Amino acid sequence: MVALPMLPLAVALLVFVFPELRRWAAVAGTAGIAAALAAAGGEVATEGARRYAIGGWPAPPGIALLADPLSVLLLGLTTVVSGAATFYALGYWAGHRDPDGRPDPRERAFWPLWWMLWAGLNALFLAGDAFNAYVALEVLSLAAVALVAVAGDAGALRAALRYLLVSLAGSLAYLAGVALLYAEHGLLDLASLAEAVEPGPEAVGALAVITAGLLMKTALFPLHFWLPGAHSRAPGPVSAVLSGLVVKAGFFLLLRYWFWVYGGWEVATGTALIGSLGAVAVLWGSVQALAALRLKLLVAYSTVAQLGYLFLAFALISEPGVAGNLGQEGALYLALSHGLAKGGAFLMAGTCLWAAGNDRLEGIGDTLRQLPVSTAAFALAGISLIGLPPTGGFVGKWLLLRAMAESEAWVWLAVIAAGTFLATGYIFRVLVPVFQAGTEPPPLERTPPRIMEVSALLLAVAAVGMGFLAPVFEPLMLGLQGPSP
Amino acid sequence: MSPGALLPLAAVLSALGPGIVIAFLPETRHGLRTVLNLAGALLQVGVVTLLVAEAARGNAYTVRIPFVVGTEILLQTDPLALLLAGLSAALWLLTTIYAIGYLEGSPHRSRFFSFFSLCVSATLGLALAGNLFTFFVFYELLTLATYPLVVHRGTDESVRAGRVYLGYTLAGGLALLVGMAWLTQIAGPVEFEPGGVLTEGAADPATLAVIFALLVGGMGVKAGLVPLHGWLPVAMIAPAPVSALLHAVAVVKAGAFGIVRVVDEVYGIALVTSLGLATPLALLATVTILYGSLRALAQDYLKRRLAYSTISQVAYITLGVALGGATATMGGLMHLVHQGIMKITLFFCAGALAETLGVHRISEMAGVGRRMPGTMAAFTVGALGMIGAPPTAGFITKWYLGLGGLGVEKPWVVGVLALSGLLNAAYFLPVLYVAWFKPPEREWPASGRRLEAHWMLLAPPLVTAVLALLLGLLASTPFSALQWARLISFREVAP
Repeated sequence: MVALPMLPLAVALLVFVFPELRRWAAVAGTAGIAAALAAAGGEVATEGARRYAIGGWPAPPGIALLADPLSVLLLGLTTVVSGAATFYALGYWAGHRDPDGRPDPRERAFWPLWWMLWAGLNALFLAGDAFNAYVALEVLSLAAVALVAVAGDAGALRAALRYLLVSLAGSLAYLAGVALLYAEHGLLDLASLAEAVEPGPEAVGALAVITAGLLMKTALFPLHFWLPGAHSRAPGPVSAVLSGLVVKAGFFLLLRYWFWVYGGWEVATGTALIGSLGAVAVLWGSVQALAALRLKLLVAYSTVAQLGYLFLAFALISEPGVAGNLGQEGALYLALSHGLAKGGAFLMAGTCLWAAGNDRLEGIGDTLRQLPVSTAAFALAGISLIGLPPTGGFVGKWLLLRAMAESEAWVWLAVIAAGTFLATGYIFRVLVPVFQAGTEPPPLERTPPRIMEVSALLLAVAAVGMGFLAPVFEPLMLGLQGPSP
Repeated sequence: MSPGALLPLAAVLSALGPGIVIAFLPETRHGLRTVLNLAGALLQVGVVTLLVAEAARGNAYTVRIPFVVGTEILLQTDPLALLLAGLSAALWLLTTIYAIGYLEGSPHRSRFFSFFSLCVSATLGLALAGNLFTFFVFYELLTLATYPLVVHRGTDESVRAGRVYLGYTLAGGLALLVGMAWLTQIAGPVEFEPGGVLTEGAADPATLAVIFALLVGGMGVKAGLVPLHGWLPVAMIAPAPVSALLHAVAVVKAGAFGIVRVVDEVYGIALVTSLGLATPLALLATVTILYGSLRALAQDYLKRRLAYSTISQVAYITLGVALGGATATMGGLMHLVHQGIMKITLFFCAGALAETLGVHRISEMAGVGRRMPGTMAAFTVGALGMIGAPPTAGFITKWYLGLGGLGVEKPWVVGVLALSGLLNAAYFLPVLYVAWFKPPEREWPASGRRLEAHWMLLAPPLVTAVLALLLGLLASTPFSALQWARLISFREVAP
């Protein structure tokens, strides 16, 4: 278990010192992380949730790791999406060479940060106490901001700066909330906090501050303003990981706090508010995606909309009984499927930009007709994002609809219906030009390496495959309540 | 899983397999693509024939695949399922031959044939679906598989048609999805049962009525019930083989078939009647029958006239089911097959005219009977069938619908049938007159063939025209759609 955050950290150091080892590191690092996850997942499957204190120091002050089914699900998603994006990145940077064939200097900065980001993600999904979660969140955010800036052009730098400021504000708010809890109870361990937190203004205040901070990081409307710029301006592989995984980190912590630390509380008022913001996000993000002029911006706004679904689901989880269970499964299913589908869509969008030199939607058909594998990847990912069968996105949406029918939340049901319709609109904005008979298109600036197209296709196929794997994942999806200390 | 359970899967996958392989074939591999297509179609005909023979002996196969929280993918081979499956398998084989001839030398054929196969798989899947959830999955797959076929030509007009088509069908799918989610929360996962599974006590009548409206509304989009029919005349811009498939087998039949499943096997006609929903549905079907015919009268563009005719004819199926009673149900179910075979004949002929002579409008058809006698003979049989003239299959349908209407004490049905027959005559007979009796107004392009058209464009309509005649002439033999429909309707509705 300890290898999951440590291994990518070691690889980050390695490629920082020996940049020429990047290929070897990509293969060995991904394989090592996958093996470590398989081992940890096996333990969780056989023995239930596992705790691990690094160096034998109990928390606090030691660092406690915690792996339960929820962690394993998100770690699995991280391994698949980051792994695919890593191989994609090898192809991506190979094309950015100067005329003498020397590697792009930006690539040197990219790889250490890339592995840092992965280490941050793994550490966060294993965080067993409030302060470790903060550290992981900070590592993750700084690596993410730097990776946006790696693109190097003015637009990316502006977006990265805005991302940095929002991210810092979010982390500070989170830290303030943790400080409030610590002042009150002298505890940082989440399991101990779950037992100790008493209803009262201090506890509610702490939760409010923590939530505000995490919502900034998760980019829920109206705190999403930084996301479209950062996610669309980042280099290809980075966009995929930001949209597919990094925003899920905040969501994961929100689940931990709301349904575990504050698990036994009456939280329906708060979740209803968050759910309403989610509903607005679905509509606003979709409308913006319909109006976007660039492919990567369209995909980024789609993330704003899809995060809205996650928060609609968030509100359903607090419902009692059947609706709550369905909402919970729906939320996790959507989070995983969206990660895969959005990862695939962003990798594909990155390929278009890389091959054609721009990603303007005007004339996108000419580019796509010459990239059939990428087109197929976008089509499959898009079907999952819309939520049409037989994809993972459909399964998530189906569970949410059932939860809404159960709790008679007709307004939200209407929001999902409208969101589905709008999503069809923005996905088909990209696909329709492929069918339009045109003149002979101008040849691509560069032919993308096969690895780029195939990585995107793999993630898209995985998003579709999630639709068939529900019986496998179901046992992992219930029980947001973590283990007792 | 028993070996027998593999049969329904084989029926669905026999089209899907070739479709996936074809998607990866380069454009130039015509021979291999043709072989794959025909092999898949023949295999499917074989499997479905076997299933029909088994069902006639009373053997049904089921496959269950767990899907998600209390829902499963369920395929089963009950007689009603095989009614549509048999129709699709047989007509897919003919349409494949036709499409190969029709698209000779045009671009993007790999894409076309791969979605074409996917479309047939989806149709087979929804035919064999044993529960509402499985039906929905294939219903939406059908939407996705047909979209690229509708926009295949890639002109601005096709793209606009595709947008309309997608908008309508997805809205229908959403209504169906919402209704299904709600129903699942009330009654659990719904499996199709002859006679229906819901009872009056399942929920309050208003809720049941709203869910019924959502489900039938969702199906009604694809079935082309007024006022949800707007996509149908627009989508006829698609290449002829696609129109033939959309109008005769795949899309409109999926909708009509879904209505049959919901009315007879989810709610049960008794509950639908006691909720007071049967008569409104029958009236809606009646309005659709008459409206479609009236609009067809005004069209000069042949395929558009055929499209409005489809709207009108498919509503017979809904009418028969909504009337209730074994005889009317039988008439409706029969028409599922009869209309398919007659309509596909007409579209095959319209496509052959357009492809061979460049004739698209009825006003251009003067004297075309002399130039393409075989094609026009087939067209004539199809048109007479639509009018309901004896001894065609169309007559048999109307006869039983009329009897059924009298049987459930709704004599107005006979009036509706007579009126729609007159309207059908009013829009088909002039076409026949123009084609056979008017002198040609222009030089036909030289063919350079021994036959009047490519044999692949000529043989399929001749075969289906003969079938339409035989289904009428031999209606009382044990192999006809009538006998099969009788078997089903007695399961669904106590006589």
